[in-house]
Amino acid sequence: MMYRARIEVSLKPGHSDPEGEMTAQSLKELKYSVKKVGVSKVYEVFFEADSREKAEEAVEEMCRRLLANPTKDNYSYEIEEAR
Amino acid sequence: MKVEEIRVCVIRVGGTNCDAETKRAFDELGVKADINHLNEIVKKASLLDYNALVFPGGFSYGDYVRAGAILAKGTLTKLRHDLKMFVEEGRPILGICNGFQVLVEAGLLPAFEGISEYPEATLATNIPIGYNCRWTYLKHENSGRCLFTQKIPKGNVLRIPVAHAEGRFLFSKENEDRYLRKLYDNDQLVFRYCNKEGEYAEGEFPVNPNGAFHDIAGICDPTGTVFGLMPHPERAFYGWQLPDWTKTENMPTYGDGKLVFESMVEYLKSRF
Repeated sequence: MMYRARIEVSLKPGHSDPEGEMTAQSLKELKYSVKKVGVSKVYEVFFEADSREKAEEAVEEMCRRLLANPTKDNYSYEIEEAR
Repeated sequence: MKVEEIRVCVIRVGGTNCDAETKRAFDELGVKADINHLNEIVKKASLLDYNALVFPGGFSYGDYVRAGAILAKGTLTKLRHDLKMFVEEGRPILGICNGFQVLVEAGLLPAFEGISEYPEATLATNIPIGYNCRWTYLKHENSGRCLFTQKIPKGNVLRIPVAHAEGRFLFSKENEDRYLRKLYDNDQLVFRYCNKEGEYAEGEFPVNPNGAFHDIAGICDPTGTVFGLMPHPERAFYGWQLPDWTKTENMPTYGDGKLVFESMVEYLKSRF
């Protein structure tokens, strides 16, 4: 079965987000009343798995082994069957 | 081991840089260094044919995901056994800039309890944001554990340049105090950013060029045989690489970066 995972990796609370701060500053210069910007990365992963349970296990592993560094990153994901 | 018998492997992949400068530094000291693509090592040679390993600077694999992450995981997948042997046998592993990021992402640094399954630290986006290339001053903090700085007295100030966009050394907030204490207890702290007079940057830009926690520029593992630093010692090896050599009456033959390579060679000569 083919699955699609949408994985979002974002900074843990309390960590500085220089990219977000720079983006917020730029939006303010464009006259938007922006208070804060948080930047995260989104990965769209298409992969094969035998079951939904196996698919979740695989995505957990992808996050822990490569996509997120537990020192500073949180991650969340949604998985659906892909056609 | 005689100097001419020492063999150093400099790992190359798409996006690495300063591999040639690193090789030239070893050449100057009479040591044979080979620049090998990671896949060459896997397919044609053995990492264990070498006495020392260097992950050079650069932006391996475009710094996608996080700086150094893809090369770290690739190296672990392909060479886990050999890397483990390297550490167990005390063969030196040096990571410069992107190489430091690789060692941290691979769990080889700080490696408080041995090679860690997941990273215990990170080299995050610079504050202020952006690529920063400048000469920095580094205070040597190590009391003797780190083999790569044996020729540098503790407290000495070195001048070596940085060139990176992701060099802000960090621990997780919940472990920050505990891990910093471990760095001191295990004598793993090696270089901190400081000014010319040796006063710590205390986070102030540009003395601390990236916002690194505790002004940390380089650390070693608890055995002292694995060392990573954001500054580039191979870019401060010769006197003519220094930014102000034309203004000096007598250009020095060498820069401070040479001491790192010399210390490494001295260790290899006496240890093997």
